[in-house]
Amino acid sequence: MRLEAREVTVRYPGAPDPALDRVSVQVAEGALCAVLGPNGSGKSTLTRALLGAVPLAGGEALLDGRPVAEWSRRALARAVGVVPQSEPLPFPLSVRELVSMGRYAHLGPLARERARDREAVEAALSRCDVAHLAERTVQTLSGGELQRVRIARALAQEPRALILDEPTAALDIRHEMAILELLAGSAQCGITILLVTHHLDLAARYAHRLLLLDRGRLAATGTPAEVLTPETVTAVYRWPVAVRTDELTGSPRVVPLPGPHPS
Amino acid sequence: MERPGAGLGGARVTAVAAAALLVLPLGLFVGAVAIPPGEILRILGGGGGGPHRDIVLSIRLPRLLLGALLGGGLAMAGATFQALLRNPLAEPYILGVSSGAALGAVAALAAGVVGGASLALPLAAFAGAVAALALVFRVAAAAGRALDVRVLLLAGVVVGAFFAALISLILSLSDAGTVRTAVLWMMGSLYGAGWGAVGVAAAYTLPTALLLAAMARALDTLAVGEETALYLGTDVERVKRVAFAAASLVTAAGVAVAGVIGFVGLVVPHALRLVTGSRHRTLLPLSFLVGAAFLATADAAAQALFSPTEIPIGVVTALVGVPLFLALLRRRMAVP
Repeated sequence: MRLEAREVTVRYPGAPDPALDRVSVQVAEGALCAVLGPNGSGKSTLTRALLGAVPLAGGEALLDGRPVAEWSRRALARAVGVVPQSEPLPFPLSVRELVSMGRYAHLGPLARERARDREAVEAALSRCDVAHLAERTVQTLSGGELQRVRIARALAQEPRALILDEPTAALDIRHEMAILELLAGSAQCGITILLVTHHLDLAARYAHRLLLLDRGRLAATGTPAEVLTPETVTAVYRWPVAVRTDELTGSPRVVPLPGPHPS
Repeated sequence: MERPGAGLGGARVTAVAAAALLVLPLGLFVGAVAIPPGEILRILGGGGGGPHRDIVLSIRLPRLLLGALLGGGLAMAGATFQALLRNPLAEPYILGVSSGAALGAVAALAAGVVGGASLALPLAAFAGAVAALALVFRVAAAAGRALDVRVLLLAGVVVGAFFAALISLILSLSDAGTVRTAVLWMMGSLYGAGWGAVGVAAAYTLPTALLLAAMARALDTLAVGEETALYLGTDVERVKRVAFAAASLVTAAGVAVAGVIGFVGLVVPHALRLVTGSRHRTLLPLSFLVGAAFLATADAAAQALFSPTEIPIGVVTALVGVPLFLALLRRRMAVP
């Protein structure tokens, strides 16, 4: 599925500056695109704008060429799986119950789960390596386990696109790499992926394209080598960096330098 | 921790439903007049005669059914408010919704617009319930944290106190007859319930309960956050509007018919989540069944505990509900 924002502007009530200021992006079918930028630069807002979850003050968000406002929420949930930054879990739920919610958009409000729905849930559980946790209560999971379960729920939607907001924040190397490999594999199967992350090096390694946001504006977009230049990164993050080519992976590696001010 | 609701879950759901259905009719065997159980069964089967037949069919049976309808409705309303607010402490009484409904009903009664056990009284109570809910949200939003458990509970208590004061004001300006009726009714009692009250309660409770049950999956998603719910395909704003209105209407119908009965909506869903899990497709129907059995049993206890004196049923539910509420509150506050 193709994701597109045309000159999208988003204003939150009470905020002096727009959260997104005339941002235009295009994500091609089957591309893995990473959204980068400092805290508060509009990364999450961009995902919400693409998903029709915030009102646009200007511009247009399109999914497969159709304005997002014209999609019904159910049709949208069958096409796009989303892993928001966090969610409240106030009641005891098993892992399988939480992942099964990914099928709700495929079921009517009253329809019974079909064999097909159960298969999709089991497949998603195994792909995210959480099948052994299926009977566990979600409140008892570790951070890494919970993230994989939430990604499994998005995969159970059998979507054509995945949008993930910092899914690997607070995860250790093993869990972070497992998730990135999973996303790269999904992209190879034709699923469009939009990944919000703070991890520049891993984004450079796994993403086909990068979007770099700076205070609500699109500062740079292109291949990792095009976007991650020392000048651009230094300007956007307002911290001096050098960029090297990693000899093992061949992708750009951002090295933060000692700061301009002693601290 | 073992997962409730899977594998063994089907068996658990059946067991809980069967237990509720078994307990539900026990209230028929309790009352001011001692009637042998065998005779009660004969009367229910269409036999028997004399004054006992009248007592069973015109007093005990409607009273039992009314308790069942109200208990089922209140338990479902509680489960719904909890999902919508993502808070296991949410409950019509604690949120001030019941007080609002009581104010609406008292105002309508005092103004002479409607009589007791009328089909229109629940609508007046509904208006009050919606006003209370709107006010609670306003107060909580003004504090800047509309869904913070502490702020919401405090707002509910304050709004409830305000509405209680308004009720006192109306009553102090009313004639003695109205006051007597209103005070008895406000304490929460099924005393003197007839088939008319059963009809009114059923007319509002049953359709609304079906509507809520049909929204079970949407409520599942709302319980894990409104943004997530949206991405799982739920039309969040519409579901919220309909579910808040339905839960308020069920509460209002209960208050209009039998006064304020607290804590049913807290106790029943909480216990069920521990046993059969949090999926609303099982939670809501079971809440109805178990809530029905719970309130019918509480009513039997209200009649039997200090027989021949009958205590208000709201006292019984509060005696069970308050300790549980405090235990839950303590646990919630321990994990900020």
